[in-house]
Amino acid sequence: MTSRSTPIFGRLLRSLLATAALAAGGAQLVSIPAASAQNLTIESWRSDDADIWNGTIIPAFNAKYPNIKVVFKPTPPTEYNAALNARLAGGTAGDLITCRPFDASLELYKKGQLVAVDDIKGIENFSPVAKSAWQTDDGKTTFCMPMASVIHGFIYNEEIFKELGLTPPKTMAEFHQILDKIKADGRYTPIDMGTADQWEAATMGFQNIGPNYWHGEEGRKALIDGKAKFTDAPYVADLTELASWGPYMGNGYKAQKYSDSQNLFALGRAAIYPAGSWDIPIFRKQADFAFSAFPPPLPEGASKCYISDHTDIAMGINAKSPNVDAAKTFISWLASSEFADLYSNSLPGFFSLSNAKVEVKDPVAKTFLSWRDTCESTIRNSYQILSRGNPNLENELWNVSSQVINGTMTPEAGAKNLEDGLASWYAPHKQ
Amino acid sequence: MGGDVSLAEQTASERRRPWSHILVFLAPAALIYTVFSIYPLLDTIRYALYTQDEHGIAHFAGLANFIDLFSLPVWADQFRNALLNNLIFFVIHVTVQNIIGIALAAMLSLPKLFGRNIYRTLIFLPTMLSVVIIGFVWQLILSPLWGVSEGFLRAIGLPQLFAPWLGQESTALVTISLISVWQFVGIPMMLIYAALLNIPEDLVDAATVDGANHLHVFFYVKLPLILPTIGLVAILTFVGNFNAFDLIYAVKGTLAGPNFASDIMGTFFYRTFFGYQLQLGNPTMGAAVATMMFLIILVGVMIYLFGVQRRMQRYAL
Amino acid sequence: MTRPIARPRLGRIAVHGALLFYTLVAIGPILLILVNAFKSRRAIFNEPLALPTAKTFSLIGFDKVLAKSDFGLYFLNSLTVTIGSVALVLAAGSMAAWALTEYRFRGNALLGLYMAIGVMVPIRLGSVSILQLMVDLNLVNTLTALILVYTAQGLPLAIILLAEFIQQIPRDLRDAARCDGIGEYHIFWSVILPLLRPAVATVAVFTIVPIWNDLWFPLILAPGNGKQTITLGVQQFIGQYVIDWNAVIASLSLAIAPILVLYILFSRQLVRGLTAGAVK
Repeated sequence: MTSRSTPIFGRLLRSLLATAALAAGGAQLVSIPAASAQNLTIESWRSDDADIWNGTIIPAFNAKYPNIKVVFKPTPPTEYNAALNARLAGGTAGDLITCRPFDASLELYKKGQLVAVDDIKGIENFSPVAKSAWQTDDGKTTFCMPMASVIHGFIYNEEIFKELGLTPPKTMAEFHQILDKIKADGRYTPIDMGTADQWEAATMGFQNIGPNYWHGEEGRKALIDGKAKFTDAPYVADLTELASWGPYMGNGYKAQKYSDSQNLFALGRAAIYPAGSWDIPIFRKQADFAFSAFPPPLPEGASKCYISDHTDIAMGINAKSPNVDAAKTFISWLASSEFADLYSNSLPGFFSLSNAKVEVKDPVAKTFLSWRDTCESTIRNSYQILSRGNPNLENELWNVSSQVINGTMTPEAGAKNLEDGLASWYAPHKQ
Repeated sequence: MGGDVSLAEQTASERRRPWSHILVFLAPAALIYTVFSIYPLLDTIRYALYTQDEHGIAHFAGLANFIDLFSLPVWADQFRNALLNNLIFFVIHVTVQNIIGIALAAMLSLPKLFGRNIYRTLIFLPTMLSVVIIGFVWQLILSPLWGVSEGFLRAIGLPQLFAPWLGQESTALVTISLISVWQFVGIPMMLIYAALLNIPEDLVDAATVDGANHLHVFFYVKLPLILPTIGLVAILTFVGNFNAFDLIYAVKGTLAGPNFASDIMGTFFYRTFFGYQLQLGNPTMGAAVATMMFLIILVGVMIYLFGVQRRMQRYAL
Repeated sequence: MTRPIARPRLGRIAVHGALLFYTLVAIGPILLILVNAFKSRRAIFNEPLALPTAKTFSLIGFDKVLAKSDFGLYFLNSLTVTIGSVALVLAAGSMAAWALTEYRFRGNALLGLYMAIGVMVPIRLGSVSILQLMVDLNLVNTLTALILVYTAQGLPLAIILLAEFIQQIPRDLRDAARCDGIGEYHIFWSVILPLLRPAVATVAVFTIVPIWNDLWFPLILAPGNGKQTITLGVQQFIGQYVIDWNAVIASLSLAIAPILVLYILFSRQLVRGLTAGAVK
């Protein structure tokens, strides 16, 4: 929403209302622009991390820069983008914007709502791959300072595994054997995931095991070029595997939300939790049993493993912020090795994208990280370019993945649905 | 001495007085109402005739948005789905909510009912609470994880009835509708209760003298007399339902899942206007959806005003 | 004197049974939340229906809520917006209702109709433009924006109710004052307004409840920076701490408590207001 045809009307009204407000002594109800120049507000979707930001990270920043006050104001993840866009349009967004990777933030930059960060000290600490998620298509301008990536896998309850005599699976066949054993035992939920919030089905389901099927970057790039289609075998196989998970999920999983899944695992009532590495801190805090992780199992006939290692989170500056200089100072600090170390260790599961050598202390986070040595990394295939149109691929994946697990859509129909949606606006997929 | 002044002098004196005071009395209300209620509505309809490009500039596009809304599958399917769901939502309210409301009001208006005030106060309580509270409370109760509803069904011997109603496409909309009914039944209850209280005792007496019992009295004397109020409740329910958003947003979020099973016009409007996750908002299409909602409500109100209300006899009480 | 209908005890028992059952349905869920607000996390999970015992009693939820969010501020915001809107509605509404009822002028009927259709026209549909208007007026994220919008929302019904009420004031009273040569404004101020006091309850009820519980406009117009109303505040808090059931249930209880108290204190006025104005 930008300037429309009623500037005069607006101005006249403004003066009228201002006069009225003053006359009525209601001046305190009309907002006065913040006079303090050194207060920064961070917009973020990481509501789970609020305590760490306010208690550990921001105090560390203030130890170096005591005159800049920073407040971490998260919005629930599913509402973040919409709320942020509304706030940016209305001019009430915070000074620092946590950036989603690729298209979502590119749109903000195109609308002039983010400041380019190429000239900020510290940007040189990041590799081209790390920066690519927050650059214009030609790679010339970076508009957010990269922070961290997240890795997908499966977190499991070590005590339950020990009790039932199970070892982490390497192949899908072994995976199903384990699931059957846990289900037969009857006391614990084999797969801890719900479909009520829809996004887990896509992110911790489809994108988690998917790279093994479509061979990581190779498959992702083929999709973008139009050489691969969603109706091809790898994607149908991925959806077929997802469709088999329903019987192993908790009673009433269709109404199980993300927080329910987290609660269920933390209370020790579930065995395996399809995870993003960002879930580690929650379980660290709330679970009183030992837990570890295994990478996505290999489908039959596959020998090379791939993991979803997604450039997930960065920080940008609101172009309309009154405190751009203070914001730049903060962003620069985010590029330092001090922050890299602090972030990776106070929020294990967020792996700093910085070139700085960081020693990750949390054992489960270390496990996730170790998979980079044996498997090839790729990012989620819906974030770059393929979610620019309507219907955007990411939302479609949510819908199709949860429906496939719920059993209300067959994997083949789901794959066709995804392909048709993409083909309706994306040229390389239009035949 | 008002009575001594002749009519001619009265009107003459009115004419002599400056009529500026009428303007002063009317101005504040008319101004606020026009600027913040009527103008935005008209402006939204105007904005629906534009489209926005990727840099945020609006261009005139005539009826393009409406054509897309009805023909492009990506919009038409959601629109049709939302409209249908909204109708189901409304039907459930009109039947379940109003019938329960009438029944409760009828019982509460019985003469010499012990504890009437306490019942009334307690039953009206949910209406006073915000929809966020209601939505979350019911989610907790129906949650398969917390097990309250499951335990309850088990206690009365019907454990197999339990299902994740909020998560199934077949039951999500009905469940949310019933939660909404649970919250708002107090309003028709109060309105009809007031109407019932207004029925003169003589009419009830006349009927009972003729040997009617309470049920007869209700169906043959009271019900016909409160039909206008029931009609009013129905049209208010219609306007409210086709405007509804809060409960579904609080319980299922903007996506109104599962698979848009709980999507109604209000959530469709919000999602179109503000976008969702990686899908950017489309303010001009949102304006088009709002225009359609306005037209639908207008049609409903017109039908009520000219079709229903005119036909209802208002008994002189 | 009505002749009592022979009351079979069975009929009355059935009625009380039905009413009791529905009352339980109505307040049961609310009691459930209030009871669980005082339990530890494991107790909430394992025995949701049990009352807090000495072992399971815990105030940890409330501690977290009060520490992590500005409930007092949200409550104050809601109060400010509601009282501001009601005051404005009563002031502007009574003036307009008086003008429409008392004075004959061209367009009186049309103007009356114009103001009245607002009851049927849902103001939310204009949100696209309302938001743009607030942006242009620099009023986004202010309580003023909410007050203005809610006033516009509440005026039509208020004017209808007040107009009906004013019509019942005896003509002689109004004419007598005029005969004494008192100016119009003075008549309104000292004669009419005091007589409107009974109608205030009715108008207040119909205006307050939708405003206090509204989620839509706070979400769109004033979603942040300490301007949240209590409804929005609870929604955001739940969204943020949704995994923390102690905090969530405690926050719901804190949101329920003030309404509960106010409702119990004012229930009689509330019912009188609802039933008096609704009859026509």
